[in-house]
Amino acid sequence: MSRPAHRRPEYHKINKDLFVLTYGALVAQLCKDYEKDEDVNKYLDKMGYGIGTRLVEDFLARSCVGRCHSYSEITDIIAQVAFKMYLGITPSVTCNNSNRNEFSLILDKNPLVEFVEELPAGRSSLCYCNLLCGIIRGALEMVHLAADVTFLQDRLKGDSVTEIGITFLKKLDEKKYRRKK
Amino acid sequence: MAHAVLFEFLHAEMVAELGAGDTDPGPGGQKRSLSILEGIGFRVGRALGERLPRETLAFREELDALKFLCKDLWVAVFQKQMDGLCTNHQGTYVLQDNSFPLLIPMALGLQYLEEAPKFLAFTCGLLRGTLRTLGFESLVTSSMATLPACKFQVVIPKS
Repeated sequence: MSRPAHRRPEYHKINKDLFVLTYGALVAQLCKDYEKDEDVNKYLDKMGYGIGTRLVEDFLARSCVGRCHSYSEITDIIAQVAFKMYLGITPSVTCNNSNRNEFSLILDKNPLVEFVEELPAGRSSLCYCNLLCGIIRGALEMVHLAADVTFLQDRLKGDSVTEIGITFLKKLDEKKYRRKK
Repeated sequence: MAHAVLFEFLHAEMVAELGAGDTDPGPGGQKRSLSILEGIGFRVGRALGERLPRETLAFREELDALKFLCKDLWVAVFQKQMDGLCTNHQGTYVLQDNSFPLLIPMALGLQYLEEAPKFLAFTCGLLRGTLRTLGFESLVTSSMATLPACKFQVVIPKS
């Protein structure tokens, strides 16, 4: 008698692999459709944005995070709760400026590239994981936060780490009214 | 499981973007879109097939391979078994899913019925790709009557 299918550990891995493999096949298809790396990058970012605007609801429902009072708190939640929940990793967070609106997520491990050893030939400017930038940007926008999100460093391009930069564009308290002149 | 959710979101976005057929809004563009989605599913099916336990790769009988798809593959990918499997014992199999997870978000409005093929194309490719890894060439098509129920028809030609 064989064990019930859903209890076999290899099927849990298949479930994790499904997203990563589908993503890889998607990137391969986009590389066929677009000659320029910038176009593939833009498309991945656009798709990520679409995903992020809907994923944020799922995230808020699962995580029950409270109200945040600073960009630093928000970035910590992205790294320690969201990344952990969906990708099983916890990037470390650094703050890059004294205004405290520019942050970096340093990815030590990156499950999206598990089956990728190097970028395809002739694709040296490809931001393979650009979907992630779009997802973060889309999710933030749905909670009324505008941000620029880009890859600052990429191990696939030969850098020593993979680093995502998040720059929050507006002050959180911009809507506060001035009471006195 | 959050990984499954991420896949579902990615799949929906792929259908919306790649399934749009914006370069050619006519039936030719639609066909191309479905073919692209099916092709992506095929690649993934082959890759997943290679990750399955060793003993599953030793199927000799077609029916065993199909049962494997209905139970093991479906559970691994969609956390449920296929609801029904019929065959004419001559190479044609009909797999029935009464509540296909990738169709559930659409099931709320009948007006989306004509969009449904786009939501099934990837999975048709997934089945075809996994069967290829198991050693069987096939043709996989889909149909649906009432969302979110659908059927996958697998035809394995006699060599």
